[in-house]
Amino acid sequence: MYTQSFNVPDKGQKTAAVTPSLEDPELMARFDARIDADGRIEPQDWMPEAYRKTLVRQISQHAHSEIVGMLPEGNWISRAPSLKRKAILIAKVQDEGGHGLYLYSAAETLGTSRDQMLDGLHSGRAKYSSIFNYPTLTWADVGVIGWLVDGAAIMNQIPLCRCSYGPYARAMVRVCKEESFHQRQGYEALLVMMKGTDEQKAMVQDAVNRWWWKCLAMFGPPDADSPNSAQGMRWGIKRISNDDLRQKFVDATVPQAKVLGVTLPDPDLKWNEARQHHDYGQIDWQEFWDTVDGNGPCNKERLSTRVKAHNDGQWVRDAAQAYARKQKERAIKEAA
Amino acid sequence: MSTAIDYLLHLADNAVVLGQRDAEWCGHGPILEEDLALANVSLDLIGQARLLYQRAATLMGGDATEDKLAYFRDAADFRNYTLLELPHHGPLVGYAASDRDYATTIVRNFLYSALMVHLWDALTRSSDSELAAIAAKSVKEATYHLHHSRDWLVRFGDGTDESHARAQAAVDHLMPYTEEFWASSPAETAAAEAGVGVDVRTLRAGWDALVNDAFAEATLTRPACRGYVTQGKLGLHSEHLSFLLGEMQSLARAHPNGCW
Ligand SMILES: [Fe+2]
Ligand SMILES: [Fe+2]
Ligand SMILES: [Fe+2]
Repeated sequence: MYTQSFNVPDKGQKTAAVTPSLEDPELMARFDARIDADGRIEPQDWMPEAYRKTLVRQISQHAHSEIVGMLPEGNWISRAPSLKRKAILIAKVQDEGGHGLYLYSAAETLGTSRDQMLDGLHSGRAKYSSIFNYPTLTWADVGVIGWLVDGAAIMNQIPLCRCSYGPYARAMVRVCKEESFHQRQGYEALLVMMKGTDEQKAMVQDAVNRWWWKCLAMFGPPDADSPNSAQGMRWGIKRISNDDLRQKFVDATVPQAKVLGVTLPDPDLKWNEARQHHDYGQIDWQEFWDTVDGNGPCNKERLSTRVKAHNDGQWVRDAAQAYARKQKERAIKEAA
Repeated sequence: MSTAIDYLLHLADNAVVLGQRDAEWCGHGPILEEDLALANVSLDLIGQARLLYQRAATLMGGDATEDKLAYFRDAADFRNYTLLELPHHGPLVGYAASDRDYATTIVRNFLYSALMVHLWDALTRSSDSELAAIAAKSVKEATYHLHHSRDWLVRFGDGTDESHARAQAAVDHLMPYTEEFWASSPAETAAAEAGVGVDVRTLRAGWDALVNDAFAEATLTRPACRGYVTQGKLGLHSEHLSFLLGEMQSLARAHPNGCW
Protein backbone atom coordinates (compact mmCIF):
# COMPACT_ATOMS: atom_id res chain seq x y z
CA MET A 1 0.00 0.00 0.00
CA TYR A 2 0.89 3.58 -0.17
CA THR A 3 0.81 6.81 1.34
CA GLN A 4 0.20 10.47 0.94
CA SER A 5 3.94 10.34 1.39
CA PHE A 6 6.16 13.08 0.23
CA ASN A 7 3.63 15.83 0.49
CA VAL A 8 3.98 15.37 4.20
CA PRO A 9 7.18 16.56 5.77
CA ASP A 10 8.74 14.43 8.51
CA LYS A 11 8.88 15.96 11.94
CA GLY A 12 11.31 18.89 12.18
CA GLN A 13 11.72 19.09 8.43
CA LYS A 14 11.30 22.38 6.63
CA THR A 15 8.77 22.26 3.87
CA ALA A 16 10.51 24.71 1.56
CA ALA A 17 12.45 23.00 -1.21
CA VAL A 18 16.20 23.26 -0.73
CA THR A 19 17.70 25.56 -3.31
CA PRO A 20 20.24 23.69 -5.39
CA SER A 21 22.52 26.72 -5.72
CA LEU A 22 25.19 25.27 -3.39
CA GLU A 23 25.86 22.39 -5.75
CA ASP A 24 28.57 22.27 -8.42
CA PRO A 25 26.94 24.07 -11.37
CA GLU A 26 28.46 21.77 -13.99
CA LEU A 27 27.28 18.57 -12.29
CA MET A 28 23.95 20.22 -11.62
CA ALA A 29 23.55 21.12 -15.27
CA ARG A 30 24.29 17.54 -16.33
CA PHE A 31 21.82 16.21 -13.77
CA ASP A 32 19.13 18.65 -14.93
CA ALA A 33 19.73 17.67 -18.53
CA ARG A 34 19.30 14.00 -17.67
CA ILE A 35 16.06 14.74 -15.84
CA ASP A 36 14.81 16.92 -18.71
CA ALA A 37 15.52 14.11 -21.16
CA ASP A 38 13.47 11.81 -18.91
CA GLY A 39 16.58 9.73 -18.20
CA ARG A 40 17.12 7.59 -15.14
CA ILE A 41 19.38 8.47 -12.22
CA GLU A 42 21.22 5.45 -10.82
CA PRO A 43 22.85 5.02 -7.38
CA GLN A 44 26.40 5.61 -8.64
CA ASP A 45 25.39 8.83 -10.46
CA TRP A 46 25.98 12.25 -9.03
CA MET A 47 22.81 13.84 -7.64
CA PRO A 48 22.08 17.00 -5.71
CA GLU A 49 21.79 16.53 -1.94
CA ALA A 50 18.22 17.79 -1.90
CA TYR A 51 17.19 15.21 -4.48
CA ARG A 52 18.82 12.46 -2.42
CA LYS A 53 17.17 13.66 0.78
CA THR A 54 13.77 13.94 -0.84
CA LEU A 55 14.04 10.43 -2.19
CA VAL A 56 15.21 8.91 1.09
CA ARG A 57 12.31 10.60 2.83
CA GLN A 58 9.78 9.48 0.25
CA ILE A 59 11.01 5.90 -0.16
CA SER A 60 11.44 5.32 3.56
CA GLN A 61 7.97 6.76 4.26
CA HIS A 62 6.66 4.38 1.67
CA ALA A 63 8.54 1.44 3.23
CA HIS A 64 7.28 2.35 6.71
CA SER A 65 3.75 2.53 5.32
CA GLU A 66 4.00 -1.01 3.99
CA ILE A 67 5.21 -2.30 7.35
CA VAL A 68 2.75 -0.40 9.51
CA GLY A 69 0.08 -1.31 6.96
CA MET A 70 0.55 -4.98 7.87
CA LEU A 71 -1.09 -4.31 11.24
CA PRO A 72 -4.65 -3.21 10.42
CA GLU A 73 -5.22 -6.15 8.08
CA GLY A 74 -3.16 -8.54 10.18
CA ASN A 75 -5.80 -7.83 12.82
CA TRP A 76 -8.20 -10.15 10.97
CA ILE A 77 -5.91 -13.05 10.02
CA SER A 78 -6.78 -15.10 13.09
CA ARG A 79 -10.52 -14.59 12.51
CA ALA A 80 -10.76 -14.88 8.73
CA PRO A 81 -14.11 -16.58 8.09
CA SER A 82 -12.86 -19.28 5.71
CA LEU A 83 -9.55 -21.02 5.15
CA LYS A 84 -9.35 -19.68 1.62
CA ARG A 85 -9.77 -16.08 2.84
CA LYS A 86 -7.29 -16.69 5.62
CA ALA A 87 -4.68 -17.85 3.12
CA ILE A 88 -5.39 -14.91 0.80
CA LEU A 89 -5.07 -12.46 3.68
CA ILE A 90 -1.84 -13.95 5.04
CA ALA A 91 -0.38 -13.83 1.52
CA LYS A 92 -1.48 -10.23 1.11
CA VAL A 93 -0.04 -9.06 4.41
CA GLN A 94 3.12 -10.96 3.55
CA ASP A 95 3.29 -9.14 0.19
CA GLU A 96 3.09 -5.81 2.01
CA GLY A 97 6.04 -6.90 4.15
CA GLY A 98 7.88 -7.82 0.95
CA HIS A 99 7.14 -4.34 -0.44
CA GLY A 100 8.66 -2.91 2.70
CA LEU A 101 11.77 -4.98 2.10
CA TYR A 102 12.30 -3.91 -1.51
CA LEU A 103 11.68 -0.30 -0.59
CA TYR A 104 14.14 -0.33 2.29
CA SER A 105 16.66 -1.84 -0.13
CA ALA A 106 15.93 0.85 -2.73
CA ALA A 107 16.42 3.55 -0.08
CA GLU A 108 19.65 1.91 1.07
CA THR A 109 21.13 2.55 -2.38
CA LEU A 110 20.99 6.23 -1.40
CA GLY A 111 23.31 5.65 1.55
CA THR A 112 20.86 5.35 4.44
CA SER A 113 20.72 2.04 6.33
CA ARG A 114 17.57 0.14 7.22
CA ASP A 115 18.45 0.60 10.90
CA GLN A 116 18.63 4.36 10.45
CA MET A 117 15.28 4.39 8.71
CA LEU A 118 13.67 2.17 11.35
CA ASP A 119 15.06 4.48 13.98
CA GLY A 120 13.26 7.34 12.27
CA LEU A 121 10.00 5.41 12.34
CA HIS A 122 10.33 4.19 15.92
CA SER A 123 11.29 7.59 17.31
CA GLY A 124 8.25 9.15 15.63
CA ARG A 125 10.39 11.38 13.39
CA ALA A 126 9.50 9.66 10.13
CA LYS A 127 5.94 9.57 8.84
CA TYR A 128 4.02 6.72 7.32
CA SER A 129 0.72 6.75 5.50
CA SER A 130 -1.96 8.05 7.78
CA ILE A 131 -4.54 5.68 6.32
CA PHE A 132 -3.18 2.99 8.64
CA ASN A 133 -4.09 5.00 11.71
CA TYR A 134 -7.73 3.99 11.41
CA PRO A 135 -9.09 0.81 12.98
CA THR A 136 -10.25 -2.30 11.11
CA LEU A 137 -13.52 -2.99 12.89
CA THR A 138 -15.05 -5.79 10.85
CA TRP A 139 -14.04 -8.39 8.31
CA ALA A 140 -15.46 -6.20 5.54
CA ASP A 141 -12.69 -3.70 6.27
CA VAL A 142 -10.24 -6.23 4.84
CA GLY A 143 -12.07 -6.26 1.50
CA VAL A 144 -12.59 -2.51 1.47
CA ILE A 145 -8.93 -1.86 2.22
CA GLY A 146 -7.99 -4.07 -0.71
CA TRP A 147 -10.45 -2.37 -3.02
CA LEU A 148 -10.06 1.27 -1.98
CA VAL A 149 -6.78 1.63 -0.11
CA ASP A 150 -4.76 -0.58 -2.44
CA GLY A 151 -6.74 1.01 -5.27
CA ALA A 152 -5.70 4.50 -4.20
CA ALA A 153 -2.16 3.21 -3.73
CA ILE A 154 -2.06 2.02 -7.32
CA MET A 155 -3.21 5.41 -8.60
CA ASN A 156 -0.44 7.00 -6.58
CA GLN A 157 2.22 4.49 -7.53
CA ILE A 158 1.72 3.82 -11.24
CA PRO A 159 3.29 7.17 -12.09
CA LEU A 160 6.20 6.27 -9.77
CA CYS A 161 7.11 3.39 -12.08
CA ARG A 162 8.45 6.22 -14.28
CA CYS A 163 10.18 7.95 -11.37
CA SER A 164 13.57 9.41 -12.28
CA TYR A 165 15.40 7.35 -9.66
CA GLY A 166 16.07 3.90 -11.15
CA PRO A 167 15.93 1.61 -8.08
CA TYR A 168 12.70 3.21 -6.87
CA ALA A 169 11.07 3.02 -10.30
CA ARG A 170 12.00 -0.66 -10.65
CA ALA A 171 10.73 -1.50 -7.15
CA MET A 172 7.48 0.23 -8.04
CA VAL A 173 6.94 -1.89 -11.13
CA ARG A 174 6.92 -5.04 -9.03
CA VAL A 175 4.96 -3.47 -6.19
CA CYS A 176 2.26 -2.14 -8.52
CA LYS A 177 1.67 -5.59 -10.01
CA GLU A 178 1.04 -7.00 -6.56
CA GLU A 179 -1.07 -4.06 -5.44
CA SER A 180 -3.40 -4.48 -8.39
CA PHE A 181 -3.73 -8.15 -7.50
CA HIS A 182 -4.66 -7.08 -3.94
CA GLN A 183 -7.20 -4.67 -5.27
CA ARG A 184 -8.91 -7.29 -7.40
CA GLN A 185 -8.93 -9.78 -4.54
CA GLY A 186 -10.40 -7.21 -2.16
CA TYR A 187 -13.10 -6.26 -4.61
CA GLU A 188 -13.90 -9.91 -5.33
CA ALA A 189 -14.22 -10.64 -1.59
CA LEU A 190 -16.74 -7.80 -1.35
CA LEU A 191 -18.69 -9.01 -4.38
CA VAL A 192 -19.10 -12.39 -2.67
CA MET A 193 -20.23 -10.76 0.58
CA MET A 194 -22.76 -8.61 -1.29
CA LYS A 195 -24.37 -11.82 -2.53
CA GLY A 196 -24.63 -13.07 1.05
CA THR A 197 -26.85 -12.28 4.01
CA ASP A 198 -28.29 -8.86 4.89
CA GLU A 199 -25.80 -8.64 7.76
CA GLN A 200 -22.94 -9.19 5.36
CA LYS A 201 -24.20 -6.49 3.00
CA ALA A 202 -24.59 -4.07 5.90
CA MET A 203 -21.05 -4.90 6.98
CA VAL A 204 -19.70 -3.97 3.55
CA GLN A 205 -21.64 -0.71 3.38
CA ASP A 206 -20.51 0.25 6.88
CA ALA A 207 -16.89 -0.37 5.96
CA VAL A 208 -17.22 1.69 2.77
CA ASN A 209 -18.73 4.51 4.80
CA ARG A 210 -15.83 4.52 7.22
CA TRP A 211 -13.02 4.27 4.65
CA TRP A 212 -14.17 6.37 1.69
CA TRP A 213 -13.14 9.81 2.90
CA LYS A 214 -9.92 8.53 4.41
CA CYS A 215 -8.99 7.11 1.00
CA LEU A 216 -9.62 10.41 -0.76
CA ALA A 217 -7.29 12.07 1.73
CA MET A 218 -4.57 9.53 0.88
CA PHE A 219 -3.71 11.55 -2.23
CA GLY A 220 -2.49 14.33 -0.01
CA PRO A 221 -3.46 17.97 0.44
CA PRO A 222 -4.96 19.97 -2.44
CA ASP A 223 -2.38 21.09 -5.00
CA ALA A 224 -2.55 24.66 -3.75
CA ASP A 225 -1.30 23.51 -0.31
CA SER A 226 1.38 21.04 -1.45
CA PRO A 227 4.70 22.77 -0.94
CA ASN A 228 6.84 19.82 -2.05
CA SER A 229 4.94 19.00 -5.19
CA ALA A 230 6.48 21.51 -7.59
CA GLN A 231 10.03 20.42 -6.82
CA GLY A 232 8.97 16.76 -7.00
CA MET A 233 7.50 17.36 -10.45
CA ARG A 234 10.65 19.16 -11.58
CA TRP A 235 12.76 16.17 -10.51
CA GLY A 236 10.57 13.56 -12.07
CA ILE A 237 9.78 12.10 -8.65
CA LYS A 238 6.19 13.16 -8.87
CA ARG A 239 4.41 13.00 -12.20
CA ILE A 240 0.76 13.79 -11.55
CA SER A 241 -0.64 16.25 -9.03
CA ASN A 242 -2.55 15.22 -5.90
CA ASP A 243 -5.84 16.63 -7.10
CA ASP A 244 -5.53 15.02 -10.52
CA LEU A 245 -4.83 11.62 -8.97
CA ARG A 246 -7.72 12.05 -6.57
CA GLN A 247 -10.04 12.90 -9.44
CA LYS A 248 -8.87 9.84 -11.35
CA PHE A 249 -9.53 7.68 -8.32
CA VAL A 250 -13.05 9.05 -7.83
CA ASP A 251 -13.90 8.61 -11.50
CA ALA A 252 -12.62 5.03 -11.49
CA THR A 253 -14.33 4.06 -8.23
CA VAL A 254 -17.86 5.34 -8.83
CA PRO A 255 -18.76 2.68 -11.43
CA GLN A 256 -17.12 -0.06 -9.32
CA ALA A 257 -19.27 0.94 -6.34
CA LYS A 258 -22.32 0.74 -8.55
CA VAL A 259 -21.50 -2.79 -9.70
CA LEU A 260 -20.84 -3.77 -6.11
CA GLY A 261 -24.15 -2.32 -4.96
CA VAL A 262 -22.86 0.09 -2.33
CA THR A 263 -23.26 3.83 -2.06
CA LEU A 264 -20.34 6.16 -1.53
CA PRO A 265 -21.02 8.38 1.49
CA ASP A 266 -20.93 11.77 -0.24
CA PRO A 267 -24.15 13.64 -1.07
CA ASP A 268 -22.20 15.99 -3.37
CA LEU A 269 -20.80 13.17 -5.47
CA LYS A 270 -22.21 13.48 -9.02
CA TRP A 271 -21.20 13.45 -12.64
CA ASN A 272 -20.31 16.85 -14.06
CA GLU A 273 -21.03 16.83 -17.77
CA ALA A 274 -19.05 19.99 -18.45
CA ARG A 275 -15.91 18.78 -16.69
CA GLN A 276 -16.39 15.17 -17.80
CA HIS A 277 -15.50 14.21 -14.24
CA HIS A 278 -17.31 13.54 -10.99
CA ASP A 279 -17.66 16.39 -8.53
CA TYR A 280 -17.21 15.45 -4.91
CA GLY A 281 -17.58 17.05 -1.50
CA GLN A 282 -15.16 18.64 0.93
CA ILE A 283 -12.51 16.47 2.56
CA ASP A 284 -12.03 17.09 6.27
CA TRP A 285 -8.41 18.25 6.19
CA GLN A 286 -8.39 19.17 9.85
CA GLU A 287 -9.04 15.55 10.72
CA PHE A 288 -6.39 14.46 8.21
CA TRP A 289 -3.71 16.70 9.70
CA ASP A 290 -4.64 15.73 13.25
CA THR A 291 -4.04 12.13 12.27
CA VAL A 292 -0.82 12.90 10.40
CA ASP A 293 0.36 14.77 13.48
CA GLY A 294 -0.08 11.66 15.61
CA ASN A 295 -3.50 12.24 17.09
CA GLY A 296 -5.70 9.89 15.08
CA PRO A 297 -7.57 6.91 16.46
CA CYS A 298 -4.76 4.32 16.22
CA ASN A 299 -1.47 6.21 15.82
CA LYS A 300 -0.18 5.29 19.24
CA GLU A 301 -1.21 1.65 18.94
CA ARG A 302 0.36 1.26 15.52
CA LEU A 303 3.65 2.84 16.43
CA SER A 304 3.97 1.19 19.83
CA THR A 305 3.30 -2.18 18.24
CA ARG A 306 6.10 -1.67 15.73
CA VAL A 307 8.43 -0.52 18.49
CA LYS A 308 7.50 -3.48 20.68
CA ALA A 309 8.07 -6.01 17.88
CA HIS A 310 11.47 -4.44 17.23
CA ASN A 311 12.50 -4.36 20.90
CA ASP A 312 11.18 -7.84 21.64
CA GLY A 313 13.13 -9.12 18.64
CA GLN A 314 16.44 -7.63 19.76
CA TRP A 315 17.65 -10.87 21.37
CA VAL A 316 16.86 -12.77 18.15
CA ARG A 317 18.91 -10.38 16.02
CA ASP A 318 21.69 -10.43 18.61
CA ALA A 319 21.72 -14.23 18.55
CA ALA A 320 21.97 -14.29 14.77
CA GLN A 321 24.89 -11.87 14.88
CA ALA A 322 26.68 -13.71 17.66
CA TYR A 323 26.28 -16.99 15.83
CA ALA A 324 27.54 -15.53 12.55
CA ARG A 325 30.56 -14.11 14.36
CA LYS A 326 31.34 -17.50 15.94
CA GLN A 327 31.00 -19.22 12.59
CA LYS A 328 33.42 -16.78 11.03
CA GLU A 329 35.93 -17.29 13.83
CA ARG A 330 35.63 -21.05 13.44
CA ALA A 331 36.22 -20.76 9.71
CA ILE A 332 39.33 -18.64 10.27
CA LYS A 333 40.65 -21.10 12.85
CA GLU A 334 40.04 -23.99 10.49
CA ALA A 335 41.84 -22.22 7.65
CA ALA A 336 44.84 -21.45 9.89
CA MET B 1 -13.96 -45.19 4.83
CA SER B 2 -14.23 -43.62 8.28
CA THR B 3 -10.73 -44.92 9.01
CA ALA B 4 -9.35 -42.65 6.33
CA ILE B 5 -11.54 -39.75 7.47
CA ASP B 6 -10.38 -39.91 11.08
CA TYR B 7 -6.80 -40.02 9.94
CA LEU B 8 -7.21 -37.16 7.47
CA LEU B 9 -8.80 -35.03 10.19
CA HIS B 10 -5.84 -35.68 12.49
CA LEU B 11 -3.44 -34.50 9.79
CA ALA B 12 -5.63 -31.55 8.80
CA ASP B 13 -6.17 -30.40 12.39
CA ASN B 14 -2.42 -30.49 12.98
CA ALA B 15 -1.88 -28.26 9.98
CA VAL B 16 -4.63 -25.75 10.65
CA VAL B 17 -3.82 -25.35 14.35
CA LEU B 18 -0.11 -24.76 13.81
CA GLY B 19 -0.88 -22.58 10.79
CA GLN B 20 -3.13 -20.47 13.00
CA ARG B 21 -0.46 -20.18 15.67
CA ASP B 22 2.39 -19.30 13.33
CA ALA B 23 0.30 -16.61 11.62
CA GLU B 24 0.13 -14.80 14.96
CA TRP B 25 3.62 -13.50 14.24
CA CYS B 26 2.51 -11.68 11.11
CA GLY B 27 3.39 -8.02 11.74
CA HIS B 28 5.22 -8.78 14.99
CA GLY B 29 8.29 -10.75 13.93
CA PRO B 30 11.75 -10.07 15.35
CA ILE B 31 12.97 -8.99 11.91
CA LEU B 32 11.03 -8.31 8.75
CA GLU B 33 12.50 -11.33 6.96
CA GLU B 34 11.10 -13.56 9.71
CA ASP B 35 7.61 -12.08 9.38
CA LEU B 36 7.76 -13.24 5.78
CA ALA B 37 9.26 -16.64 6.59
CA LEU B 38 6.69 -17.45 9.28
CA ALA B 39 3.90 -16.27 6.99
CA ASN B 40 5.25 -18.74 4.41
CA VAL B 41 5.21 -21.58 6.91
CA SER B 42 1.70 -20.65 7.93
CA LEU B 43 0.52 -20.45 4.32
CA ASP B 44 1.93 -23.90 3.61
CA LEU B 45 0.18 -25.34 6.64
CA ILE B 46 -3.16 -23.71 5.85
CA GLY B 47 -2.79 -24.98 2.29
CA GLN B 48 -2.15 -28.52 3.55
CA ALA B 49 -5.13 -28.27 5.88
CA ARG B 50 -7.37 -27.19 3.05
CA LEU B 51 -6.39 -30.13 0.84
CA LEU B 52 -6.76 -32.61 3.70
CA TYR B 53 -10.14 -31.25 4.80
CA GLN B 54 -11.31 -31.25 1.19
CA ARG B 55 -10.31 -34.88 0.87
CA ALA B 56 -12.06 -35.74 4.13
CA ALA B 57 -15.16 -33.82 3.04
CA THR B 58 -15.27 -35.73 -0.23
CA LEU B 59 -15.10 -39.04 1.60
CA MET B 60 -17.74 -37.89 4.10
CA GLY B 61 -20.12 -36.76 1.38
CA GLY B 62 -23.31 -34.91 2.26
CA ASP B 63 -22.82 -31.23 3.00
CA ALA B 64 -19.33 -31.56 4.44
CA THR B 65 -16.89 -28.86 3.29
CA GLU B 66 -13.40 -27.82 4.30
CA ASP B 67 -14.79 -24.83 6.18
CA LYS B 68 -17.47 -26.82 7.99
CA LEU B 69 -14.72 -29.10 9.23
CA ALA B 70 -12.42 -26.27 10.26
CA TYR B 71 -14.98 -23.85 11.66
CA PHE B 72 -17.92 -25.85 12.95
CA ARG B 73 -16.29 -28.60 14.98
CA ASP B 74 -15.59 -28.03 18.69
CA ALA B 75 -12.31 -28.47 20.51
CA ALA B 76 -13.10 -32.01 21.60
CA ASP B 77 -13.58 -32.99 17.95
CA PHE B 78 -10.12 -31.74 17.00
CA ARG B 79 -7.46 -34.43 16.65
CA ASN B 80 -4.26 -32.37 16.54
CA TYR B 81 -1.21 -32.98 18.68
CA THR B 82 -1.42 -30.91 21.87
CA LEU B 83 2.05 -29.52 21.10
CA LEU B 84 0.66 -27.51 18.20
CA GLU B 85 -2.07 -25.65 20.08
CA LEU B 86 0.20 -24.21 22.79
CA PRO B 87 0.72 -20.44 22.82
CA HIS B 88 4.14 -19.07 21.88
CA HIS B 89 5.42 -18.94 25.44
CA GLY B 90 6.30 -21.07 28.41
CA PRO B 91 3.92 -23.15 30.51
CA LEU B 92 1.03 -20.97 31.68
CA VAL B 93 -2.68 -21.61 32.19
CA GLY B 94 -5.15 -21.06 29.37
CA TYR B 95 -6.23 -17.54 30.30
CA ALA B 96 -2.79 -16.25 31.31
CA ALA B 97 -1.28 -13.53 29.09
CA SER B 98 2.37 -13.35 28.16
CA ASP B 99 4.62 -11.96 25.44
CA ARG B 100 5.30 -14.29 22.55
CA ASP B 101 8.68 -16.00 22.67
CA TYR B 102 10.32 -16.69 19.32
CA ALA B 103 12.39 -19.53 20.79
CA THR B 104 9.18 -21.41 21.65
CA THR B 105 7.94 -20.87 18.10
CA ILE B 106 11.16 -22.11 16.55
CA VAL B 107 11.57 -25.13 18.81
CA ARG B 108 7.97 -26.20 18.20
CA ASN B 109 8.29 -25.80 14.43
CA PHE B 110 11.51 -27.78 14.55
CA LEU B 111 10.11 -30.68 16.60
CA TYR B 112 7.02 -30.91 14.42
CA SER B 113 8.69 -30.55 11.03
CA ALA B 114 11.35 -33.10 12.03
CA LEU B 115 8.45 -35.52 12.41
CA MET B 116 6.56 -34.40 9.32
CA VAL B 117 9.45 -34.79 6.87
CA HIS B 118 9.37 -38.50 7.77
CA LEU B 119 5.61 -38.82 8.04
CA TRP B 120 4.85 -37.09 4.74
CA ASP B 121 7.56 -39.06 3.03
CA ALA B 122 6.00 -42.33 4.24
CA LEU B 123 2.54 -41.09 3.23
CA THR B 124 3.64 -40.59 -0.36
CA ARG B 125 3.13 -44.39 -0.43
CA SER B 126 -0.37 -44.24 1.09
CA SER B 127 -3.01 -46.48 -0.48
CA ASP B 128 -5.19 -43.35 -0.73
CA SER B 129 -3.73 -41.83 -3.87
CA GLU B 130 -5.19 -38.41 -3.03
CA LEU B 131 -3.44 -38.45 0.32
CA ALA B 132 -0.25 -39.65 -1.36
CA ALA B 133 -0.40 -36.65 -3.69
CA ILE B 134 -0.94 -34.23 -0.79
CA ALA B 135 1.99 -35.88 0.99
CA ALA B 136 4.25 -35.44 -2.03
CA LYS B 137 3.56 -31.71 -1.99
CA SER B 138 3.73 -31.42 1.79
CA VAL B 139 7.04 -33.21 2.22
CA LYS B 140 8.74 -30.46 0.24
CA GLU B 141 7.14 -27.82 2.42
CA ALA B 142 8.03 -29.66 5.63
CA THR B 143 11.63 -29.89 4.42
CA TYR B 144 11.72 -26.11 4.09
CA HIS B 145 10.10 -25.69 7.53
CA LEU B 146 12.70 -28.03 8.98
CA HIS B 147 15.58 -26.09 7.44
CA HIS B 148 14.18 -22.78 8.57
CA SER B 149 13.53 -23.84 12.16
CA ARG B 150 16.73 -25.85 12.47
CA ASP B 151 18.85 -22.91 11.30
CA TRP B 152 17.33 -20.70 13.96
CA LEU B 153 17.50 -23.39 16.60
CA VAL B 154 21.25 -23.64 16.06
CA ARG B 155 21.64 -19.84 16.03
CA PHE B 156 19.76 -19.59 19.32
CA GLY B 157 21.51 -22.50 21.01
CA ASP B 158 24.95 -21.37 19.88
CA GLY B 159 24.22 -17.62 19.86
CA THR B 160 24.16 -15.50 23.02
CA ASP B 161 23.66 -16.55 26.63
CA GLU B 162 20.13 -15.21 26.47
CA SER B 163 19.21 -17.00 23.25
CA HIS B 164 20.71 -20.23 24.57
CA ALA B 165 18.72 -19.98 27.78
CA ARG B 166 15.51 -19.23 25.88
CA ALA B 167 16.04 -22.12 23.48
CA GLN B 168 16.83 -24.54 26.30
CA ALA B 169 13.76 -23.41 28.24
CA ALA B 170 11.60 -23.93 25.17
CA VAL B 171 13.07 -27.39 24.62
CA ASP B 172 12.46 -28.30 28.26
CA HIS B 173 8.89 -27.03 28.01
CA LEU B 174 7.96 -28.61 24.69
CA MET B 175 9.86 -31.89 24.55
CA PRO B 176 7.45 -33.80 26.81
CA TYR B 177 4.63 -33.02 24.35
CA THR B 178 6.45 -34.95 21.63
CA GLU B 179 5.80 -38.21 23.53
CA GLU B 180 2.30 -37.91 22.07
CA PHE B 181 3.78 -38.51 18.61
CA TRP B 182 4.66 -42.11 19.55
CA ALA B 183 1.57 -43.29 21.41
CA SER B 184 -0.50 -44.65 18.54
CA SER B 185 -4.14 -43.61 18.53
CA PRO B 186 -6.89 -45.99 17.34
CA ALA B 187 -7.26 -43.80 14.23
CA GLU B 188 -3.56 -44.09 13.43
CA THR B 189 -3.46 -47.81 14.04
CA ALA B 190 -6.52 -48.44 11.87
CA ALA B 191 -5.15 -46.19 9.11
CA ALA B 192 -1.77 -47.95 9.21
CA GLU B 193 -3.44 -51.35 8.98
CA ALA B 194 -5.53 -50.20 6.04
CA GLY B 195 -2.42 -48.94 4.26
CA VAL B 196 -3.76 -45.37 4.29
CA GLY B 197 -1.55 -44.22 7.16
CA VAL B 198 1.78 -44.97 8.75
CA ASP B 199 2.72 -46.68 12.00
CA VAL B 200 4.30 -43.64 13.69
CA ARG B 201 6.56 -45.80 15.80
CA THR B 202 8.52 -46.68 12.69
CA LEU B 203 9.46 -42.99 12.33
CA ARG B 204 10.94 -42.58 15.76
CA ALA B 205 14.54 -43.48 14.98
CA GLY B 206 14.65 -41.03 12.10
CA TRP B 207 13.14 -38.29 14.24
CA ASP B 208 15.55 -38.99 17.10
CA ALA B 209 18.49 -38.71 14.74
CA LEU B 210 17.36 -35.31 13.42
CA VAL B 211 16.68 -34.00 16.91
CA ASN B 212 19.87 -35.28 18.52
CA ASP B 213 22.00 -34.00 15.68
CA ALA B 214 20.45 -30.52 15.78
CA PHE B 215 20.62 -30.30 19.57
CA ALA B 216 24.28 -31.27 19.51
CA GLU B 217 25.06 -28.58 16.96
CA ALA B 218 22.99 -26.08 18.96
CA THR B 219 24.72 -27.13 22.23
CA LEU B 220 21.31 -27.84 23.75
CA THR B 221 20.52 -30.63 26.19
CA ARG B 222 17.75 -33.09 25.46
CA PRO B 223 15.67 -33.51 28.61
CA ALA B 224 14.34 -36.86 29.81
CA CYS B 225 10.56 -37.08 29.52
CA ARG B 226 8.51 -38.78 32.22
CA GLY B 227 4.91 -38.94 33.32
CA TYR B 228 1.81 -37.62 31.61
CA VAL B 229 1.59 -38.07 27.85
CA THR B 230 -0.73 -35.58 26.18
CA GLN B 231 -3.68 -36.90 24.18
CA GLY B 232 -4.73 -34.15 21.81
CA LYS B 233 -5.01 -36.60 18.95
CA LEU B 234 -7.67 -38.41 20.98
CA GLY B 235 -9.58 -35.15 21.42
CA LEU B 236 -8.40 -34.52 24.96
CA HIS B 237 -6.66 -31.15 24.72
CA SER B 238 -4.92 -28.53 26.81
CA GLU B 239 -6.73 -25.43 28.04
CA HIS B 240 -5.35 -23.52 25.08
CA LEU B 241 -7.20 -25.05 22.14
CA SER B 242 -10.65 -23.72 22.97
CA PHE B 243 -9.23 -20.18 23.10
CA LEU B 244 -7.52 -20.67 19.77
CA LEU B 245 -10.67 -22.06 18.16
CA GLY B 246 -12.89 -19.52 19.90
CA GLU B 247 -11.01 -16.80 18.08
CA MET B 248 -10.54 -18.62 14.79
CA GLN B 249 -14.18 -19.70 14.49
CA SER B 250 -15.88 -16.60 15.90
CA LEU B 251 -16.73 -14.79 12.68
CA ALA B 252 -17.74 -17.88 10.70
CA ARG B 253 -20.03 -18.96 13.53
CA ALA B 254 -21.53 -15.49 13.96
CA HIS B 255 -22.69 -15.74 10.33
CA PRO B 256 -23.44 -19.42 9.83
CA ASN B 257 -25.29 -18.64 6.60
CA GLY B 258 -22.68 -16.20 5.34
CA CYS B 259 -20.71 -16.76 2.19
CA TRP B 260 -17.14 -15.59 1.98
FE1 LIG C 1 2.40 0.47 -1.34
FE1 LIG D 1 2.12 -2.82 -0.59
FE1 LIG E 1 -1.29 -4.07 -1.16
